[in-house]
Amino acid sequence: MTSPQPVGRIRFMDQQRVNLDGFAVEDPELGLTAMRSPRDPDPSLVVKDGRVVELDGVPEAEFDSIDTYIARHGLDLAVAAEVMGLTDVAFARLLVDPAVPRAEIIRLSAGATPAKLARVLALLRPPELGLAMTKLRARRTPSNQAHVTNRLDDPLLLAADAATAAAFGFREVETTVPVLADAPSNAVACLIGAAFGADGVLIQCSVEEALELELGMRGLTSYAETVSLYGTEQVFTDGDDTPWSKAFLTSAYASRGMKMRVSSGAGAEVLMAGARGQSMLYLEARCVALARAIGAQGVQNGGIDGASVAAAVPSGLRELMSENVMVMMRNLESCSGNDALMSESDMRRTSRTLPIVLAGSDFVFSGFGSIQRYDNMFGPSNFNAEDIDDFLAMQRDWGIDGGLRTVAPARIGELRREAAQACRAVYAHLGLADFSDEHVDLAVDAAGSKDLGETDTLAVLSAAHAIRQRGLTVVDIVAALDECGYVDMAERTMAFTRARLTGDYLQTSAIFDSQLRVLSLVTDPNDYAGPGTGYAPTPERQREIDAIRQARGVEDLRAVQARSAVAMLAPVGPARPGQGPRDVVIGVSPAVGRDVWRCLSGLAVTGVLREMLAGLEEEGCTGRIVRFNDSVDLGRIGLAAARLAGSGIGIGLQGKGTALIHRRDLAPLANLELYSVAPSVTPELYRLLGANAARHAKGGTPDPARNPYSDEAIEARYHTTVIALMELERRRMDAAAPPEELSLEGLT
Amino acid sequence: MTEIRGLSGQSAGGTVPGGTVVSEIRGLSGKPVADLTLEAVRAGEVSLADLRIHPETLERQAVVAQEHGNPQLADNLRRAAELTQLPDDDVLGIYEALRPGRSTAAELTVLAESLADRGLPRCAALVAEAAEVYARRGLTA
Repeated sequence: MTSPQPVGRIRFMDQQRVNLDGFAVEDPELGLTAMRSPRDPDPSLVVKDGRVVELDGVPEAEFDSIDTYIARHGLDLAVAAEVMGLTDVAFARLLVDPAVPRAEIIRLSAGATPAKLARVLALLRPPELGLAMTKLRARRTPSNQAHVTNRLDDPLLLAADAATAAAFGFREVETTVPVLADAPSNAVACLIGAAFGADGVLIQCSVEEALELELGMRGLTSYAETVSLYGTEQVFTDGDDTPWSKAFLTSAYASRGMKMRVSSGAGAEVLMAGARGQSMLYLEARCVALARAIGAQGVQNGGIDGASVAAAVPSGLRELMSENVMVMMRNLESCSGNDALMSESDMRRTSRTLPIVLAGSDFVFSGFGSIQRYDNMFGPSNFNAEDIDDFLAMQRDWGIDGGLRTVAPARIGELRREAAQACRAVYAHLGLADFSDEHVDLAVDAAGSKDLGETDTLAVLSAAHAIRQRGLTVVDIVAALDECGYVDMAERTMAFTRARLTGDYLQTSAIFDSQLRVLSLVTDPNDYAGPGTGYAPTPERQREIDAIRQARGVEDLRAVQARSAVAMLAPVGPARPGQGPRDVVIGVSPAVGRDVWRCLSGLAVTGVLREMLAGLEEEGCTGRIVRFNDSVDLGRIGLAAARLAGSGIGIGLQGKGTALIHRRDLAPLANLELYSVAPSVTPELYRLLGANAARHAKGGTPDPARNPYSDEAIEARYHTTVIALMELERRRMDAAAPPEELSLEGLT
Repeated sequence: MTEIRGLSGQSAGGTVPGGTVVSEIRGLSGKPVADLTLEAVRAGEVSLADLRIHPETLERQAVVAQEHGNPQLADNLRRAAELTQLPDDDVLGIYEALRPGRSTAAELTVLAESLADRGLPRCAALVAEAAEVYARRGLTA
């Protein structure tokens, strides 16, 4: 017998998107283990005559280049004995004890070996990691970084998208290229665009080191973060660098006034088959210790390109967050990953990112894809343009600052146009390229580069070539902006160029705020010491977080409803009891015909009434419409309608579309039929309700309607509208006002 | 917007940690940062050297880094201060020489000596240390 097909329940589960992800069997020999491997060394540090002679189980004679650099430059030997003498548990508890200040953790961590920090962090449970992150990050104010790229390296789209990213609140914009030679053009386009979106946004163009340095030296970019470190000597060498070459490069960037952080993270060694059977956390601990040793101000880690490798093994996400916290313990800026799509499952990728958003980091993402997935030339980020509204809602849901803000849609349109036009003007003025009006229009409106149609990519290449060959600098861009009439942007860019020269932004965790103030470890130190301390959004910032563009109040709804008002349902006099046995009353709620004109389903209230009346007529009954002003409760409205009707049968209809059939001898809540899911009720169902009411009136057999069912989040969609609609009803309620008969004109 | 704002939003004339008056900050060329205005750009009076960071600025930031618990960042900024005097091509050339398998230990030693002679003792020490470790770890040419 062949193996039977799994049952339907399993086949159904197999189809869910999470099952597109790869999950690896834990295998320490391959380095496929997150927090700890049998091959990880026990922490040790032996110091003789002020010299490290053993580091994490390795004697000095056997130090590889990474051990050597850390041993000679990376450790504060004055505290080594003290911290290495602490038990792992004792140290781990200090991380989450609000009474122990950040400075004390920083002091101790400076003398701890890589293996020691790995062991200590492996003890923290996820909420403890979150608390440690909140306390230990260097900068008090959390922030965020965006990727701004596109498939075509289209400058106008880059400018529009950089302006958009800056307006949304990203304080760093990182671009890169599908075509290396386009890099200078991308840098210029992002520089111009971001200036329109906000003041003081740092720009990076991630390319090979020589070109990246060159762009920085000319003031076209202002930071770098792709200087990679690895946890084993073999992989480091395969990456064509050594700790000394990286240390030198770090100084080279600083010598040209550029902010720089290094990049590392779990999984890189595994992917390069060089993990030596050691855990991701231990190998990353070596990278982070080395980052501190070579004098980098910060680290981009948390998996980065290897994030999905970490995510494939048990406790992988915990490992990624531990890496970030380790950076903070080393007193460095954390740019906390979340920049690679680590799952096909929306739930898993949210699960990966949310704890860091909640805890707050120097940069929550080391590249939130501010453009669409397909335009992200780093590869899709864990969150992308598809997710910006989700992220804004998450900030608001939890009342936390993830660095982003809502921008009015009209403002986004203006900024994109200004940025694209300025970019075109500067390119034309400098003789780099000419772009058409139509191209500007397309770039302004584009949700992504696919909306641009065919573009002249050779023109971009030629512009980039000219920027490089002519040695254009930020001064040329400033002059061009000025001469093209963008004086404010020229001033803004010049002010930023001056601010860079103070060097303040070379300090740990530095960003510029929108007033060009530097926020860093030095100027904005994290002072978290438990509840009531540390960063909290200012009231103004909190309002910015809370005011997402989708939020609606009662007055918004009133305006929407007013747009649907029609000259119908006029009162024609007091409602009187009916006489005929086929008289059925449709009772409506107080705001119907006044403030409420459209049901949750989108149907006009008059259309619903028309269907009900038609249903009644089909079955030989006549309907009247009576507005009850003394109650918003549908059961009471329906019952009161039944009591006025000659047949003793009434229909109740709330303006939002909920409807029922009632009979005069029943209790208010005991109706005959109820359409409770107002958003899903169709015209056909309202007609059936009318017909069934008539059948009840005649003593016949009704054909009970089935409430429509849906797997959608009906409540999430409609509850706020229901609350507002009910408030409009309540405001029209008057306990003393008698019921009124409404005109049937236009309804029959 | 012509005033210079430094740390904590102090405008020109304020002081920053490290004690230097912001208005005294100069570009590598020696031109005061406060003179780098749009008017100066219009007059064609701003060169790339004016926009390059000055070694004294890096030295001052090194002091700040040291005071904020990061002596390694301070060392880096001091190496950077030395490198401000080298042309870009020389800087990239030294980086290339330090990559694995590019130089013999003897070549690195010569490079270190030349850096020391040119007044870059910290960079020289970095290269000299590389020469020693590379020889031991098989990272030389």
